[in-house]
Amino acid sequence: MMQQLLIYPLLLQLLLSIILMFMWRHINAQRVVSILGSAVGVLLSGMLLYQVWTEGTQLMQAGSWSAPFGISFVADVLSSTLVLLTSIAGFAVSSFSSASVIPARLRFGYFAIFHFLILGLIGAFLTGDIFNLYVWFEIIIISSFVLITLGGEKAQIEGAVKYFTLNFLASIIFLTAIAVMYGLVGSLNMADLAVLVPKIENQGLLRVAALLFLVGFGIKSSVFPLYFWLPASYHTPPSAVSAIFGGLLTKVGVYALIRIFGLLFLDDPFIAEMLSIIAVLTLFSGAVGALVQRNLRKVFSYLIICHIGFMIMGLGMFTEVAIAGAVFYLIHDIIIKTNLFMIAGVIYRIKGTINIKKLGGLYESHPLLSLIIIIPFFSVIGIPPFSGFWPKISLIIGAYQDLDYVAIGAIIFASLLTLLIISKIWSEVFWKKGEELPIREHFLYFKDMTKLRKIQFIGPVVLLTLVTLYIGFGAEHIQQLSLRVADELLNKEQYINAVLPNLRQ
Amino acid sequence: MRTIILNTASNYLLPILLLFSVFILLRGHYEPGGGFVGGLIAAIAFVLHAFANGLNNTKRLLKFHPGFLMPLGLAVSFLSGLLPVLINSQAFMTGLWLEQPIPVIGAVGTALFFDIGVYLVVLGVALTIIFTISESA
Repeated sequence: MMQQLLIYPLLLQLLLSIILMFMWRHINAQRVVSILGSAVGVLLSGMLLYQVWTEGTQLMQAGSWSAPFGISFVADVLSSTLVLLTSIAGFAVSSFSSASVIPARLRFGYFAIFHFLILGLIGAFLTGDIFNLYVWFEIIIISSFVLITLGGEKAQIEGAVKYFTLNFLASIIFLTAIAVMYGLVGSLNMADLAVLVPKIENQGLLRVAALLFLVGFGIKSSVFPLYFWLPASYHTPPSAVSAIFGGLLTKVGVYALIRIFGLLFLDDPFIAEMLSIIAVLTLFSGAVGALVQRNLRKVFSYLIICHIGFMIMGLGMFTEVAIAGAVFYLIHDIIIKTNLFMIAGVIYRIKGTINIKKLGGLYESHPLLSLIIIIPFFSVIGIPPFSGFWPKISLIIGAYQDLDYVAIGAIIFASLLTLLIISKIWSEVFWKKGEELPIREHFLYFKDMTKLRKIQFIGPVVLLTLVTLYIGFGAEHIQQLSLRVADELLNKEQYINAVLPNLRQ
Repeated sequence: MRTIILNTASNYLLPILLLFSVFILLRGHYEPGGGFVGGLIAAIAFVLHAFANGLNNTKRLLKFHPGFLMPLGLAVSFLSGLLPVLINSQAFMTGLWLEQPIPVIGAVGTALFFDIGVYLVVLGVALTIIFTISESA
């Protein structure tokens, strides 16, 4: 049973969704099952990461069909780390949702859909088949579309239409790219593709396929110039939903870029150069976009875009230290962005608005909470020794080795603007004397919550802050992990040999 | 749209269509058919009954909310995939088959139960959607 550990986090989420669908009308029972189930998920993913770390890449052939013919599920260090982070973020958001999402939404199957979304994310991280990756992306889109529209407010529908059309377009482009690859190579298994692609004579068409993949994943991971759907939609759903979206949905696009491009296309200098340029522009446009926003969640949405640039940059350089930086940043970013959106939700429940011009005086009224919140704020800027600092060092070293001074400039520029944005938020929301806000009727204020709900509400923020602190102060461990991932990505033979053990080289 | 012809016909068509949907479900392993199409045909049977006799009569006939079929079908499919893991710790979704085919039904294995799950999910989804739309219309 233990040799199939890699599939258990996936099956657990499916099982949870099924159980939650049976309990359609019992909201309280759903809350309990979702939180406890997510905790088990964290445990299983932790065991998976430990197993992968000690025993090497794990493999499962679904239906016992051997590799290039069936669908393989592969857990290497990168995949299992991301599965663990997804489970942690899922656990935090599950607890956060049970306190903050209103019962009317919960009654329409919020939790069941939420676990379908986590299922899709974990599946996308674990699959070793490029078409299966597409299927997991579809599961992610469909469940996130339900989550973004649940409640049916006008702003939500507007955001959802933008979100859905553009992501659907991305899926179509992705599917076209898969079709071109299949026509060229005749296989869909990623490891098999990695073996066959260098032997293809028609390198021009291969480059076309690579660009189609780049556009498809680029829309999903919201890089320049394909990011405009993200700030138009992420501020509309409940904050619990935008927390899981902000933390994980764009990151699954980044993961797909790392996996597919790392295995197949990055030997081509043209593609690598292209990624570097996109990264610089993404850093620049995201940071400048965040400067002018007044809605707290829109500011954070632009920060997501900005910080995607760091990961793409590391991927574009494709040296060991740069990839380690990108992976470290990915780990840091999943936790921190989930936390930032939850913090926006906390502020919303305390004050009733998230317009930073109207907010103020939080430090005076909630000093302890403000002290907790400042840790993720410091981390997202990258003040040493907090978690955002370490990956940037790796990235700058990587750029310096390549003598890529534009990249170094972009990293420093984006970090400075992030500092400016966060200090603006801090002075506006926490220090400034706020206006008297009108009391909203039929609104669940934080102070009216029961004690249990308050714990469920603030607990996840504290938990993710602790994880961030660990990433910052235990940077040695995370750096080791990232270097091992970088090693695995640069030496594709490990991945290929794990999936296709009988291959004659 | 109540006519005697449709009323009478639907009373006979309902069992026949349901039987046909099961036939389609069972032949689906090697020939065209399967759980998805079977589920749709079963949904058509109930929708036709609802057209002829009114939605409330069909609901009374069904006795439970069709939405309940969704988790039920998912659970059946899920367990059919999990069975090889539990029994002899083979990979998820590995096909397990009885050695002797059962008369009428044919070879019985986990793939059949997966298809039955699909059948139930499709039936549940289609009926839930159509019932909800015709209620609000």
